[in-house]
Amino acid sequence: MALKKVKGNFERMFDKNLTDLVRGIRNNKDNESKYIAQCMEEIKVELRQDNIAVKANAVAKLTYLQMLGYDISWAIFNIIEVMSSNKFTYKRIGYLAASQSFHADSELLMLTTNMIRKDLNAQNQYEAGLALSGLSCFISHDLARDLANDIMTLMSSTKPYLRMKAVLMMYKVFLRYPEALRPAFPKLKEKLEDPDPGVQSAAVNVVCELARKNPKNYLSLAPVFFKLMTTSTNNWMLIKIIKLFGALTPLEPRLGKKLIEPLTNLIHSTSAMSLLYECINTVIAVLISISSGMPGHAASVQLCVQKLRILIEDSDQNLKYLGLLAMSRILKSHPKSVQAHKDLVLACLDDKDESIRLRALGLLYGMVSKKNLMEIVKKLMVHMDRAEGTLYRDELLTRIIEICSQNNYQHVVDFEWYVTVLTELTEMETSAKHGRMVAAQVTEVGARVAEVREFAARECGGLVARAAAAPPGPASKEVLYAAAYVLAEYCREETVMRESVSGLLICAGTGGGHMRARAVCVHAALKIVANLLRLYEGRNDMDAAIAILREALSGLRPLLCSEDMEVQERAHNASALLALVLRRLSPADAALPNVALSDTARPDSILVEHQHTDELEKEDNLDPINGESTPSGFSGGLIEELADLFDGELKPVAPKAQKKVPMPADLNLEQWLSHDHWSSESSSSEGEPEAAVFAAPQRDARPTAQFTPEELAMLREARRQEQANNPHYLKDDSPRSYQQDDIPIAEIALEVPLQVHTKRSDKYLLSRENSSKKKKEKRTSKKRKSKKDKPSSDSDSEEEASLGRPAVAEGGELPEGAALSDEEPPPPPDDPHRALDLDLDQPLREEELLTSRINQYPSPEGGLLTKKSKSSKKNKITDKGSGDKVSKKKKEKKSKQKSVDLMLPEVAKLHVEEDLLIEDLSKTNGKKSAKGSDEVEEAILVEPHPKGTKTEKHKKSKKESKDKDSKRNKSSSKKGKHEKKTGYEEALGISTPSKEVI
Amino acid sequence: MIKAILVFNNHGKPRLSKFYQYFNEDMQQQIIKETFQLVSKRDDNVCNFLEGGSLIGGSDYKLIYRHYATLYFVFCVDSSESELGILDLIQVFVETLDKCFENVCELDLIFHADAAHQVLDELVMGGMVLQTNMADILCRLQEQNKMQKAEAGISAAPARAVSAVKSMNLPQQLRDMKLPDLPQAIKDFPVSLH
Repeated sequence: MALKKVKGNFERMFDKNLTDLVRGIRNNKDNESKYIAQCMEEIKVELRQDNIAVKANAVAKLTYLQMLGYDISWAIFNIIEVMSSNKFTYKRIGYLAASQSFHADSELLMLTTNMIRKDLNAQNQYEAGLALSGLSCFISHDLARDLANDIMTLMSSTKPYLRMKAVLMMYKVFLRYPEALRPAFPKLKEKLEDPDPGVQSAAVNVVCELARKNPKNYLSLAPVFFKLMTTSTNNWMLIKIIKLFGALTPLEPRLGKKLIEPLTNLIHSTSAMSLLYECINTVIAVLISISSGMPGHAASVQLCVQKLRILIEDSDQNLKYLGLLAMSRILKSHPKSVQAHKDLVLACLDDKDESIRLRALGLLYGMVSKKNLMEIVKKLMVHMDRAEGTLYRDELLTRIIEICSQNNYQHVVDFEWYVTVLTELTEMETSAKHGRMVAAQVTEVGARVAEVREFAARECGGLVARAAAAPPGPASKEVLYAAAYVLAEYCREETVMRESVSGLLICAGTGGGHMRARAVCVHAALKIVANLLRLYEGRNDMDAAIAILREALSGLRPLLCSEDMEVQERAHNASALLALVLRRLSPADAALPNVALSDTARPDSILVEHQHTDELEKEDNLDPINGESTPSGFSGGLIEELADLFDGELKPVAPKAQKKVPMPADLNLEQWLSHDHWSSESSSSEGEPEAAVFAAPQRDARPTAQFTPEELAMLREARRQEQANNPHYLKDDSPRSYQQDDIPIAEIALEVPLQVHTKRSDKYLLSRENSSKKKKEKRTSKKRKSKKDKPSSDSDSEEEASLGRPAVAEGGELPEGAALSDEEPPPPPDDPHRALDLDLDQPLREEELLTSRINQYPSPEGGLLTKKSKSSKKNKITDKGSGDKVSKKKKEKKSKQKSVDLMLPEVAKLHVEEDLLIEDLSKTNGKKSAKGSDEVEEAILVEPHPKGTKTEKHKKSKKESKDKDSKRNKSSSKKGKHEKKTGYEEALGISTPSKEVI
Repeated sequence: MIKAILVFNNHGKPRLSKFYQYFNEDMQQQIIKETFQLVSKRDDNVCNFLEGGSLIGGSDYKLIYRHYATLYFVFCVDSSESELGILDLIQVFVETLDKCFENVCELDLIFHADAAHQVLDELVMGGMVLQTNMADILCRLQEQNKMQKAEAGISAAPARAVSAVKSMNLPQQLRDMKLPDLPQAIKDFPVSLH
């Protein structure tokens, strides 16, 4: 037997250890996965061995494989086994594996509760430390609840190493189990003034993390921190404290005022860049929080900006980066002081480091003004040409659009320039996402700035022509969508319109299956043709009208069988409409499609039908065309009618406008629309009545003419709904409904000459420069005067006003009476810190203390089945407590407990000592085997008693019970069983001294 | 808070990874891969901060890294950490490793990732900085290793001998013998004696 064991051990020596595994993987580079699969099998075999050393070796290998991306969650039980070993070596391996692979939702975590508690209370500080480190990586709600008290006890350990770790651990406990925060907070506060700097630092760290999310609850700690800040020399801690103050100052401006001086001193004195930087950051936070009017306020800003400039000019890229980062914070509150360093920021745009360039770009946002916008954008465009990485290019594009469009195009003076810039951006061919951004800008400028519409339409004509000439890139495809719309909607120039029609139709025919712009192109073409026709009719130029109709029809023909559904449908609609007009103008025209001819033999009747539906909407009556449309021109009013479809202007709609439409007072959505007729009517409206299973006679009896006006209205509404949802129905009513669909009509391709070397947008800049020079000369004296009058931000407003910025339509349409202001509250983020938003200054309530004490009992699923919370026991007592004595006792007990709880730290210390004593005892008794469970048991038995009253009797009873426990342990090896018993007793409400009963 | 600490070499092979927030293994590998791609294309003379990295964290998070010879040390931290402070921390970490391994190189991390984890555990706990004083860290580590040695004692001697033989970099023929077969041979050996 012994020999076999020795042999087994000897064999095991030749198992692969971690080094062998690593070496093996390196030697099998070609078939690594196969090799690892083989190793996994070996590991599985090893894990089945009884020898803990073998298991530990296997787990160590698993940990390595986990790093390589192999799932090892199947071994969780084995890992727990190794963790529970008595040897520190194996424990280390086990806890490492656990910290790498366990997580809060791991199964079987509850098995670890008692083992970890045992380790936490281990005599050796490193065992406890190991448990804390491991636990910090996988603590779950249950573990946090069950172990909170043990960890709290460790916070007052005699060993600084453990105190430090326990303090940090408490933060993780708070996150998982917020109820622990209030009971633990006094102790945490105490640790801020711990004699050991490490513990102090840890406590600062934890409070900082807590305060970052809920700063207002920690304002009361400000004096403590202030003292620490002025006395400590530990830079690491100082940084944390200063960061914390940065979070607190927005809530308490007085604090900020007090801080400025020591912080400025630190800025002047410190040699550590990290500290300097954090000081500047906090000063900035202070400056933001206190509105101006404080003496020395400007000086502080100046100091910060100066120091930052030094950082930015430093050769160390890290400092440069951080300097820019901090600058962007100042920018928000003191843009003027940052704008003074524009040169520096612009220079950083040329830096070789992308992070720095991106930071500098972020700063540009606040640096532009009406005067320098063109210049800056020009610079950025040059960068875009040169940039290699798409990321940076895209960022540039976003920034250009952002700085131009900010504040409703506040800084854009010349919109023709802006439209040109947008066109050029399109030509640079960025990604589709950014194409969409440009497209949105094109549409928006068109909608908001009436003055520039004509020009924008011309530019868009150019874009369309180019897209027609060569297959567009991803960005152009997106922009085409907007271009077609703007072109058709705003173009009034005959030549442009005339040239665009064929271009648009070509665009609709090419460009891949999923281009959303294609259908819009068809519609834009129709719109332009309609406008052109109206123009020709006004001139009475029949030939031109017929020519454009022919051209459009022939352009539409290939689209009639387009593979894109939407394009096909719109092409059919458009060609039918145009054929109608053409037939009126020249009935036997060759361009007329044959199908259309046979289908629409009598064009008038079709129009009548079309009108008919309109009429139906209004009157629910069928009076066909009455002489309303006075026939005029060569088409007899047909063209006029066609063009009317696209009349009217689209205005920008405010965000959320739809939501703000007030509900009509008389609208009752709950009410049945029509009690008896509705269902039968709708189901049988087409087709003859079925065999009347249900209620056919009713329908027959229905007198059609007897609808009340309400009913009529309902019917009409219902029909409109049906039509709106029916894809085969040509939407009719007003021209507006067409425009809502974003369907522009299009036209002429303008050949815009492409300049190779200079950007077209540059000419605006040049002309601006020239004119402004002249103006400046003229107006110097005047300006000086005005500057004196208004030294603040408006100094150049007058000049800017003179630049004649066109009116930009602001906001958007809203229903009457609705305001934009009411913001919806942001959705609650899923953040554990929300639960930690607790008032820490309130005195602890009794329940809270109790909960924290109960927590040391694992919940039913927490491994130890028994430890029903004490509250339930108490409840039972109260339930039973019909007798006055019982309730009196209880009251006494409660009050005792309260006093105990309030002295928590001391008691806890006592508790530790006691535990240690007990441990010693158990060791000396040589009952090592039962030690683990004993301790746990002890904890259970001891805890519920009011320990403050340490009477002799009490101790005795404990000892006795302990002895009994150990006996029981011998008798029944199964832990859970006897614990169940204990729990049972407790649940019965047998009070403390009666443990002897067992 | 530190969200993750990654160490990988110039080819993106992970040498040490520690996540203080749970990600499953696939996700971890993806993060390492993405981080490597972000970091590796940067010159050595650019700044050590990197925004972005879509997988881990959001805008509040930053990658702070240092490049030593063949290894990248990357810390993913949120805005509560001082950027320059973390750079110092990386330096402390590497210097401590250097003290522990005596002239640390990539091979040390490859074969002793567990020891590197032990160093890291003394430095950072649960994503929070525990100790930045190198002397203290080394002292803690030594004491723990002493405990381990005491436990090993005599009983581990043969195992140590074997592993020493194994790591002697045996000549090729020995490796060709296929170590897994050895136990079989030894098992057969006593039988033949009987």
